[in-house]
Amino acid sequence: MADTMPSYIGRSVTRREDNRLIMGEGSFVGDIKLEGMLHVAIVRSQLAHASIEGVNLDAARNVKGAVLALSGADLKDVLPPISGMQVTAPKTWRDGMDPQIEIPDQALMPYDKLRYVGEPYALVVAENRYIAEDAAELIDGQFKPLSPVVSAEAARVEGAALVHEHLPGNVAASLHAKTGEGATALELAPHRLKRRYYHHRYAAMPMECRGVIAEFDSRTGGITVWSSTQVVHWVRREVANALDMPEERVRVIAPDVGGGFGGKGHVYPEDILVAYLAKKLGRPVKWLEDRHEHLLNAAHSRDNLFDIEVGFDDEGKISAIKNYFIVDSGAYSPVGAAIAGNSIAHFMGPYDIPHYEADCKVMMTNRTPNAPYRGAGRPEVAFAMERSIDLVANELGIDPAEVRFRNMIQPEQMPYAVGLPYRDGVMIEYDSGDYPEALRKALEGIGGLEAFRKRQKVALAEGLYLGLGIGCYVEGTGIGPFEGATVKIDSSGKVMVATGACPQGQGHETAFAQVAADIWGVKMEDVVVTLADTSHVTMGYGTIASRSAVTASGAIQKSSDKVKEKVFAIAANILEASESDLELRGGSVGVKGVPEMSVTLKEVANAAQPGWMHQRPEGVDAGLEDTAYYEPPTVTWAYAANAAIVEIEVETGEIKIEKYVEVHDAGTLINPGIADGQVKGGLVQGIGGALFEELRYDENGQLMTGSFIDYLLPTASDVPPIDVIHSETPSPRNAFGFKGLGEGGAIAPPAVVANGVCDALRPFGAELNSTPVRAEEVLGIIERGTRVSE
Amino acid sequence: MTAPRPISLTVNGERLKGEALPRMLLVDFLRDVLGKTGTHVGCEHGVCGACTVIVDGMATRSCLMFAVQAQGVEILTVEGLADGEALHPLQKLFSEHRALQCGFCTPGMLMTAIDLVENNNSLSEDDIKIGMSAALCRCTGYEGIIKAVTSYAEQVYDKPARGKENNG
Amino acid sequence: MKPPPLDICTPTAVSEALSLLSEYGTDARLLAGGQSLVPLLNFRLSRPEILIDLNRVAGLSFIKDIGDHLEIGAMTREREIENNDLIGEHAPLLQEATTYIAHLPIRSRGTIGGSLANADPAAEYPAVALALDFVFVAQSVRGERKIKATEFFEDILTTTLQPDEILTKIIVPKIPNNSGTAFVEIARRHGDFALAGAAAQISFKNHHPYEARLSVCGAGPTAIRLLAAEKMILRDGVSQNSIKAAAAAASAAADPMADPHASTSYRRRLIGVVVSRAIAKAAERAGENR
Repeated sequence: MADTMPSYIGRSVTRREDNRLIMGEGSFVGDIKLEGMLHVAIVRSQLAHASIEGVNLDAARNVKGAVLALSGADLKDVLPPISGMQVTAPKTWRDGMDPQIEIPDQALMPYDKLRYVGEPYALVVAENRYIAEDAAELIDGQFKPLSPVVSAEAARVEGAALVHEHLPGNVAASLHAKTGEGATALELAPHRLKRRYYHHRYAAMPMECRGVIAEFDSRTGGITVWSSTQVVHWVRREVANALDMPEERVRVIAPDVGGGFGGKGHVYPEDILVAYLAKKLGRPVKWLEDRHEHLLNAAHSRDNLFDIEVGFDDEGKISAIKNYFIVDSGAYSPVGAAIAGNSIAHFMGPYDIPHYEADCKVMMTNRTPNAPYRGAGRPEVAFAMERSIDLVANELGIDPAEVRFRNMIQPEQMPYAVGLPYRDGVMIEYDSGDYPEALRKALEGIGGLEAFRKRQKVALAEGLYLGLGIGCYVEGTGIGPFEGATVKIDSSGKVMVATGACPQGQGHETAFAQVAADIWGVKMEDVVVTLADTSHVTMGYGTIASRSAVTASGAIQKSSDKVKEKVFAIAANILEASESDLELRGGSVGVKGVPEMSVTLKEVANAAQPGWMHQRPEGVDAGLEDTAYYEPPTVTWAYAANAAIVEIEVETGEIKIEKYVEVHDAGTLINPGIADGQVKGGLVQGIGGALFEELRYDENGQLMTGSFIDYLLPTASDVPPIDVIHSETPSPRNAFGFKGLGEGGAIAPPAVVANGVCDALRPFGAELNSTPVRAEEVLGIIERGTRVSE
Repeated sequence: MTAPRPISLTVNGERLKGEALPRMLLVDFLRDVLGKTGTHVGCEHGVCGACTVIVDGMATRSCLMFAVQAQGVEILTVEGLADGEALHPLQKLFSEHRALQCGFCTPGMLMTAIDLVENNNSLSEDDIKIGMSAALCRCTGYEGIIKAVTSYAEQVYDKPARGKENNG
Repeated sequence: MKPPPLDICTPTAVSEALSLLSEYGTDARLLAGGQSLVPLLNFRLSRPEILIDLNRVAGLSFIKDIGDHLEIGAMTREREIENNDLIGEHAPLLQEATTYIAHLPIRSRGTIGGSLANADPAAEYPAVALALDFVFVAQSVRGERKIKATEFFEDILTTTLQPDEILTKIIVPKIPNNSGTAFVEIARRHGDFALAGAAAQISFKNHHPYEARLSVCGAGPTAIRLLAAEKMILRDGVSQNSIKAAAAAASAAADPMADPHASTSYRRRLIGVVVSRAIAKAAERAGENR
């Protein structure tokens, strides 16, 4: 790093994104207007399970202003389905998980069968959305209702209807993994505890719903797609494949995106349908999802049922865990078995447990497809593991905090091998961190464990119920397979950086400008960052799985290294100095210790040009540009310890969080202010999942929570006092020391809240082993309860 | 089939005209006819607050009004807050306090806050939390928003009423 | 979603609005604040061909002091009621209830007439109307009709307003001296529909209640006036025991509906809680703290 410029990494620089967004000059998909643009309304299934007898489009086509109406039958031999495996699984992972994976492909619009309420099966293109909806209402479908499979448990019942005919038992994937002696080790454990846990269905729910615009250029044969997506390169791949076009002719841009949180982290049918329509009609086509559609059709998440057995000794040291769980994946599983793979890999968290066996079935049901949402499999298992620890503590009469300390991996044990492969196929090794210290700090943050237990006792004597909830986890972050970046210094002398990251509020424009500015020793203002545009980076992966800080920075570094080599070679040539005597300083390259001997990057860029006037030494090609792909060796491990004090309102069972503390370690932070916002935002989402948000279906597979009246998001008056303490243990797995942090905040709160409430209700000996945690259930416990213990 | 109706109204101090069918929502009129895309659509059922604009001095859900109902009214949208390049004090505070991440809820949040602060003489922390619970944010967890609005309230209430900047 | 095709008429006088309503009949719906109706239109759950927009009709928005009562025009905004001094002085229960209605931007447009005519089981105003014995004035081409609150709310989202009637005015009795009021509500989040809400106004003479007005919302298809509970308070005064008994009577009188947010039994329990709290608070505010 150059030493004459201020270093940006580690500073809470004001975000570049802010200005246009606070002025209302952001450019979200809905804001983009193109000449001659047409609008799409999609017709969605109102039945959970039905065979399609026919779809009549005549009346729709006759509506004035309607341009085109299509149903699945029209696309049958025209557009292929989306692959069921949008996320690939390396062989080494498959070897470790012994997966039977038969994830079904998803037709863009089915012609034969409807599999969930909300599934698109017809569409209308019209002059405006109002007319498109008028026409869409006239589309007449004939369906034969089939018996709906309304839950994962129902899907497993012998003789249950089949969601996909070719999947016996409705099992789309089956995973199995083991460390040590696996479940057999339970037999040797002095004590065993068996429980069932349920972590319910909820979803990302960004404030901006999805949207796609496509415009076909008949002059170039190319198509441009604007999509509110987290994965522009995936969309490009699928569109190019579906329309049989070279990827080079498909440009996908994610403009300003109003939140994603994973819900926009894969390719949806509409991404491809809109592109197809634009090409077919020769006019730009726009589709904007409305909120009701979003609730029905944008991916849902979580929805896992666990049967856990834990073996432990008198000290509370856990020796073995059996983790059998089923995932309600809905009618499709866009990222295959990736979430379940995450769950299996993360279950043991920060604890040293020698024997573990996991068995998972990813079930198909007649519900909305299940895809990653902030945490992607980790909140589910954090819930199961952290509840189990509290229950072990209860059994033995030991403080749950103490049981955690007794089981935690100690810092001296780093790097710690878990014995399972991560989703990237590499055997898991936690690389760095001090888990007990994080928990100590979290407990300090709520005023100290001992002090709380005293307070709790006094409160109980007065008929008040206070509880301490704890939740600890580890998080694999910065996953590959790769990220791409192109770094260029052009004749302006500025550093142009383009990478495949796709922000939805994470402040990437700012963060990557900070990283690049430090790499090049320039002012941030002299760095131009381009994101989420496939025409600027040939190959990219996108922003999901808390990966961009690590992988995009890595790609920017790798690409910069190549360009630096050339910069130094050319500067050395110009200055007639030796390359090893040169350093970057403040937008220039100069001889160390000789201030007057330097050339600006602008001069070097001009000298690098091809042609007669160049000043490149022999063997150095023209141009200062390089594209590099960073393939991280494996994930790097962030972690956190959470502690919260809850109070139960005795008359109503309502749960009040008095204080919530999270000690969060994501390695070196690029922009602490942005990092803080990310963790807190995730944390509040986690509280939403713990107490408010729920996607509920009735016995016919109808979604009962289809609007914001029923799907309750946390508001400003629902947020408890929160402290996030950032600790920074640099990652040894990349030169910057970065770890990912996009998801972390959302992982622990459901476990923490449930544990806190159960701790408060300990006198009643009651347990709450499912989410959301309901005031009604809490009240029931208090009212029914005669206290069973003090 | 009904015919489009002419509508003339004042938006951000400017007299504007446009046409809309009776059923066109005010938010769609602002965005698609008048080209003011700063106001966003988040739910179309009046819950999320992303569409909030100030109509005749009061924060209003523009997804729950028809364009034709806005004949002759005065509307302030997010585009009317800054004075050229000079940001409104609340906009500056939003950036300072990290009250935005993706920015989608931000225009509605700003208008909700301005109404809340400017139509009260004093606000407690609870008042601000309750008042701002009118608009949903999914990114920030609200801490920065509450801090920004609290700072703004302090600024507004410290100034004598006569000397208060006319920022709408 | 976008609203279905419709037309909007914008009368400027009550007579004009009444003729339009009479002419279009069930093809038309009245558009007041729109905060309940427009979402239905946006979901295409309601499909009137005509909306009769009352927002430009002269003379429907006012708050007047008529001596022994107040008169509030049906199109008076909730926000205005929230901030009005006459309301604060003479109908504080109505003012406090207003603060529970959704959020400020909703109250910018929402009207008292709209809320009452909508008769949502969880809405605050119908409970206040019953507790304070509002009288409603409805007009049609056939003339004017006065309707007592007790004869107004019929069922879920159903009132005894005739299809050709427009609610134009609400008569609000003034609060007696030495009274205390309280509106207490429990909801999932601030501003959400009430899981249970209670309105209480208790008037004291020589430290004993001589008038007790209690009602609840979120307790059944319509708001309910708690006559039995009132009798208990009048008989026994305000004490821990009488509050408990009144709350039990309230729970018993309630017939709440289950929904994704709460079961029937839980709502019944919450009714008891809000009634207790409302009585205690009302007594405290009357200076009769026990």
